[in-house]
Amino acid sequence: MNENPARRPLPDTRNAGAAYWRSAAEGRLCVPRCERCARTFWYPRRQCPHCGSGEVAWLQARGTGRVYTYTVVRQSGDPFFKGRLPFVVAMIELDEGPRLMSNVIDCDVESVEIGMAVVVSFEQAQDGLAIPLFRPARPPAKT
Amino acid sequence: MKAGEVAIVGAGLAGIGWETDSSAAEIMAAASLRALADAGLAVAEVDGVFAVTPYYWMPSVVLAEQLGLRPRATDSTTIGGASVIAHLGHAARAIATGACEVALIAYASTQRTDGGRLVTGADALAFERPYGALFPISGYAMMAQRHMHEFGTTRRQLAEVAVAASKWAALNPDALKRELIAAEDVMASPLVSDPLRKLDICLVTNGGGAIVVVSRERAAKLGKRAVPVLGFGESHDHCYVSAMPSFTATAGAHSGRAACEMAGAGPKDMDLAQIYDAFTIMTVIGLEDLGFCAKGEGGRFVEAGIGPGARLPVNTSGGGLRYCHPGMFGIFLLVEAVRQLRGECGARQVSGARRALVHGFGGVMAGQATAILGTGR
Repeated sequence: MNENPARRPLPDTRNAGAAYWRSAAEGRLCVPRCERCARTFWYPRRQCPHCGSGEVAWLQARGTGRVYTYTVVRQSGDPFFKGRLPFVVAMIELDEGPRLMSNVIDCDVESVEIGMAVVVSFEQAQDGLAIPLFRPARPPAKT
Repeated sequence: MKAGEVAIVGAGLAGIGWETDSSAAEIMAAASLRALADAGLAVAEVDGVFAVTPYYWMPSVVLAEQLGLRPRATDSTTIGGASVIAHLGHAARAIATGACEVALIAYASTQRTDGGRLVTGADALAFERPYGALFPISGYAMMAQRHMHEFGTTRRQLAEVAVAASKWAALNPDALKRELIAAEDVMASPLVSDPLRKLDICLVTNGGGAIVVVSRERAAKLGKRAVPVLGFGESHDHCYVSAMPSFTATAGAHSGRAACEMAGAGPKDMDLAQIYDAFTIMTVIGLEDLGFCAKGEGGRFVEAGIGPGARLPVNTSGGGLRYCHPGMFGIFLLVEAVRQLRGECGARQVSGARRALVHGFGGVMAGQATAILGTGR
């Protein structure tokens, strides 16, 4: 995989999610939580989508969750992902509630299933960025 | 608004195919002229212009300019592939409130000629961009996966949507893929984004369409058989996949209910349905959300039959899967419903069709718009 010189597409780290990306760079997964209604949500917005409050703070998540749903991507026009086919795109339901899009890595794509326990793993990217990915919480059983 | 206050009096198509030497604006204009000729109205009588296409930042403005119009009602609302169905509701309200008298609604795209990939104005969310999801395929794939997990929907049931579409397309001389396919063909076609395979996914073609809407009174003075607009509704409950409240249900339930309440009719009263099918899972979830079956029963519903001769004929043109799919299919759903209700559909005609439900999805099951059309009989 390392012979692929293309880089992972990077996010715009400005705006309401700036603190999310700063935390990720420090190895912490944080999600927004409303100070008024105490509910978490995803993705970061400056106001709570549940109650409209502008009092949004960051909750450090444990970094553990489960695969809520997923797909194995078999084709891609992107130079980075073209060299990594097939790969898993999944919605990860964190223990704290929010569902994040990510990749499930470090496992056979055919072993991924809904409900699978996963844990966050940060991939270092250029410009000091870190991208939250997820890997199985338990190593796959040998058969 | 009350059911039947406005009617569709003209429908036209243009540029449907694999090759074109026209721009999207030119195809919109050509389809508009055909729709107006179909209605028996002159171009200069149009005073409301409603258009959508990802090719221009002001779609209704560019269409009006093509046709030399200076409208007093204009609308380029985009909610993705559901847009033109939403425009029908907006046009109906504009006519009912006197904002315009003759409303033209159009869409076109040349996405096949422009590289054979979906041309879209969709923006990437920062929190999704690093992960390589195919837009919009992987979003729909994750909905299908979750639907199969929660309700036991099978791979074969998804395939049956494409099989039914191929049966309709075989009866439609204008369909771009007319050969019949079996469920086995769908299930043996290459995986693109699991569980969706090549034959679960719409065509990529050029094409455009237009309809003309006027008041019931004005429609009565025109020669052509008018198709009354009995109900409409629109909604959305997310924009990005990351904010989807559900992976198995959509805000189509809300737009559908609004349309049915206005029409004073329910799913059981429909003689046919046109439900946007860019991916096989869309029809399954759409049938559920629109009340044709209970949540979770969509797979079994399509397995029981939605093709020619079925109790509920669905996507009678062959749909986005087999007829054509120039990026946003909404206008083609409306035109097909109009032609069915006028009895113009030849071999694929649903006999005695009096009421049709038309539903569009935009983005990844985000934008929602429903219309219910009738016959005036």
